[in-house]
Amino acid sequence: MTIRFLLNGREVACESAPDRRAVDLLREEFGLTGVKEGCGGGECGACAVLVDGSARLSCLMLAAQLAGRSVVTVEGLGTAEAPHPLQTAFAEHGAVQCGYCAPGMLMAAADLLARDPSPDREAIAGAVSGTLCRCGGYGKIVEAVERAAEAMRPGPVRKALRKKRGGA
Amino acid sequence: MPQEFSQIDRRHPRNDALPKALGLERFAADHYPEGLLWAGARRAGIPHARIRTVDVSAAAALPGVVRVLTRADVAGSNLQGIVHKDQPVLAGDKVRHCGDAVALVLAVDRETLARALSLVRLDLEPLPGVFDPAQALKKGAPLVHEGRRGGNVLVRASIRTGRGAAVLRECPVVVRGTFSTPMQAHAFIETENGTARLLPDGTLEMTVSTQAPFRDRFEIAQALGLDPMRIRVVAPYLGGGFGGKDGATVQCLLALAALHAGGRPVKMWWEREESMLAGYKRHAARLTYALGADRDGTLRALSCRIVMDSGAYAHLGGEVMALGMESAGGPYRIPHADIRGLCVYTNNPVAGAFRGFGAAQTAFAAERMMDRLAEKLGMDPLELRLRNALRRGDRNAAGVTMTASTGMAACLEALRAHPAYAAREAWKRAAPPHARRGAGVAAACIGVGYGRGLPDAATARIELTETGTFRIFNAVPDMGQGNASAFALIAAEALGQSPASFELVQPDTACCLPSGSSSAGRTTYTYGNALVRACGALRDRLLVRGAMALLADDTADLTLAPGAVRHVKSGRAVPLALLARMMILEDRTATAEFVMPVTPDATGGKGFVIGFPHLLFAYAAVLALSEVDELTGAVRVRRFVSATDGGRVLNPQGFEQQVAGALIQGMGWALSEDVLTREGRILNPDLSTYLVPTAADAPEVDCLAVDSVEETGPFGMKGIGEVNLNAALPSIGAAVQDACGARLDAAPLTPEKVLGARPRRARRTP
Ligand code: FES
Ligand code: FES
Repeated sequence: MTIRFLLNGREVACESAPDRRAVDLLREEFGLTGVKEGCGGGECGACAVLVDGSARLSCLMLAAQLAGRSVVTVEGLGTAEAPHPLQTAFAEHGAVQCGYCAPGMLMAAADLLARDPSPDREAIAGAVSGTLCRCGGYGKIVEAVERAAEAMRPGPVRKALRKKRGGA
Repeated sequence: MPQEFSQIDRRHPRNDALPKALGLERFAADHYPEGLLWAGARRAGIPHARIRTVDVSAAAALPGVVRVLTRADVAGSNLQGIVHKDQPVLAGDKVRHCGDAVALVLAVDRETLARALSLVRLDLEPLPGVFDPAQALKKGAPLVHEGRRGGNVLVRASIRTGRGAAVLRECPVVVRGTFSTPMQAHAFIETENGTARLLPDGTLEMTVSTQAPFRDRFEIAQALGLDPMRIRVVAPYLGGGFGGKDGATVQCLLALAALHAGGRPVKMWWEREESMLAGYKRHAARLTYALGADRDGTLRALSCRIVMDSGAYAHLGGEVMALGMESAGGPYRIPHADIRGLCVYTNNPVAGAFRGFGAAQTAFAAERMMDRLAEKLGMDPLELRLRNALRRGDRNAAGVTMTASTGMAACLEALRAHPAYAAREAWKRAAPPHARRGAGVAAACIGVGYGRGLPDAATARIELTETGTFRIFNAVPDMGQGNASAFALIAAEALGQSPASFELVQPDTACCLPSGSSSAGRTTYTYGNALVRACGALRDRLLVRGAMALLADDTADLTLAPGAVRHVKSGRAVPLALLARMMILEDRTATAEFVMPVTPDATGGKGFVIGFPHLLFAYAAVLALSEVDELTGAVRVRRFVSATDGGRVLNPQGFEQQVAGALIQGMGWALSEDVLTREGRILNPDLSTYLVPTAADAPEVDCLAVDSVEETGPFGMKGIGEVNLNAALPSIGAAVQDACGARLDAAPLTPEKVLGARPRRARRTP
């Protein structure tokens, strides 16, 4: 069947068996190998992508389930020229060791910050606790998410400006 | 003499961090060459059996199947193994553990591959097996490798120092104990995988998630009857290794598949359960100890028996055993010792290299013995350790003299001076309802490098590029520990350039130079030393070429400045970009070797092949603050404080990553990780049943580095990747006992065991 969806902000269409795993479709058809696979069974969180804004495990989704949705992978979160604040914070604060868990961690964190722009450390740890980091870098991962949240939060000046302009 | 550095010991983000966070770094698993075939192995599924027939006809007849290979298709020795070659690529006459591969299928896609694998019909005649070393050592026990001299004993080694264990009788205080530690799975998130292709000129080209690309060529060539020099192995950044990708995982199977793929590329990628089944594990161990001391706490004599389960094959069993025995007495002076080790074949999953490498197992026993001794003597556990801590010039229990930097005492002192140590009693008293808190201290050490018997060598290559930047040909895989980025820092310091002017090529046997494996805490030390030399040679050459360009008659007047060679007095300079254009590639390239020095110590030890003794050791002292749930027995580590002597810290951020990572991996092994088997079959083969720590379990970690300089290391560093793992389990064990009285000598410290081991008094809940 033909599956149409929004992938990293672009309309895409592709031919696929409806029961193909979403992780395979993204990695093999679209070359988005930033989507990692660590278990294929919903246990490690490495394969998370944003589907309509919430983090979902692409190893447990079928290609057909992407139809009509907006899908964002780690490649679509930010770019080399304009990294997402979470990506910058991960790199700067040492949240990347082998880095194989990073894409899944970033997706879980992006999902969290969209819901809660000022999470405390416990909330961050809870939000990423479905994503395994075998390098044991949890401390720095939580710290990086905290720093990114700060960078993304409108500070007093930005808040005041927005108010003046009538923005939200 | 204090040295001023511009790059070293400053916090730098890693070179690979942003590309990985952007999802752009391509790991081995991310390669999908055009037109690829999928390869997969049919595994035995039973632990010990004679192979009657392997019927591949139905599998081969399935549309989409390209080839089905068996033992008969292997032209070489069919044997893999790093030191001892005893593991078949494809089992032919018998299988020795459930994960043995018996057939190899090549198919056009994964669905076909899975179907074909299930269609391979195995006719196996089950044999009685041996599933723990005690059983394997019995007279008349079934033999894992028939006809082998030594039967089921892979290695029997012993070390005797001073007057041996007889001195225990003279000791006024003796403590005894028997300990066991479980099999642990590496559980890297990127499972074993690679791609391979046979080129028309006969070269076999491979991209593998491997810790040892240079050695792989020889292992593959010997097993398959190939010319090692016609094999090219590329090792991109690994999604974790921890020892589990040292030695053949997919390599030989993948190469065999490529030989029969008609020139098409082949991809093999183990699924999680296959990784658990066929991947290597940490050796399960049983350790029986007696430790004797004087009344003032001075250690005098040690006796220990170590038995390790090697599983069906040798892998690095003997070497793991050697390292464990070398630090069996911990980082302490013990003049008389009798240390014996047995590494035994069974029909269990294959054990191999794992961060901590034998020393993790012995550290548990040694440290808990120290706690027991402190208890008996009424001494403070940290003070007892400090009193006996190895200092430079001392000999450890294995008779190895510490001739290099020896910061054990400094680590313990740093720990003692940390505010969390002083505040531990107050912290314990503030336990929340239904919880008990405890503090535990452990000290650990581990040998750095391969040890005697094997040259620990590396060859660095660096070039000035045509555009005036630099390119480092890293030859030792970066499995996540950050050695590649450390090399950029080392070169930046050595050449006085900004770290941003260095590009890193990852290991590739076609353009990098042989430099050994990414293992043994030797990666940054050995290659880093070679790189410092190569940088020196390149700098000298650039000054000579710069002198020509600047018409200077003495290179002593010149300096290598960022991006240019400068004449100091006149300030005239020639940019490196211009200089590069005046030089041909050979001229712009420098290479240099380094071989790790070996200990001059002639200490005895019987039965070792390689890997004993070592010259360099890393040290750590760790405080664990743990909370035990009175109702469930669940243990949570709330905080670790670690003080480490790994030589000078190159990059504090990388240092913290390694220290915290090792502690958390060690914590998993202490509390929940245990590869459970029944008659050789794994009962918890996935990540929902084999539990590794998550963000919700992770404690706060304070990483202190003691002031230490290893004179032989690059800018004074030694190695930091492993030692903290060894301290995690004993420090947690001590903290749990401190919290609730449960003295557990069999890891992991699961809630059921903790509940069961609490003394009666402590069982009352208020
Ligand atoms: S690969 Fe999807 S959760 Fe592990
Ligand atoms: S950085 Fe290696 S798994 Fe998280």
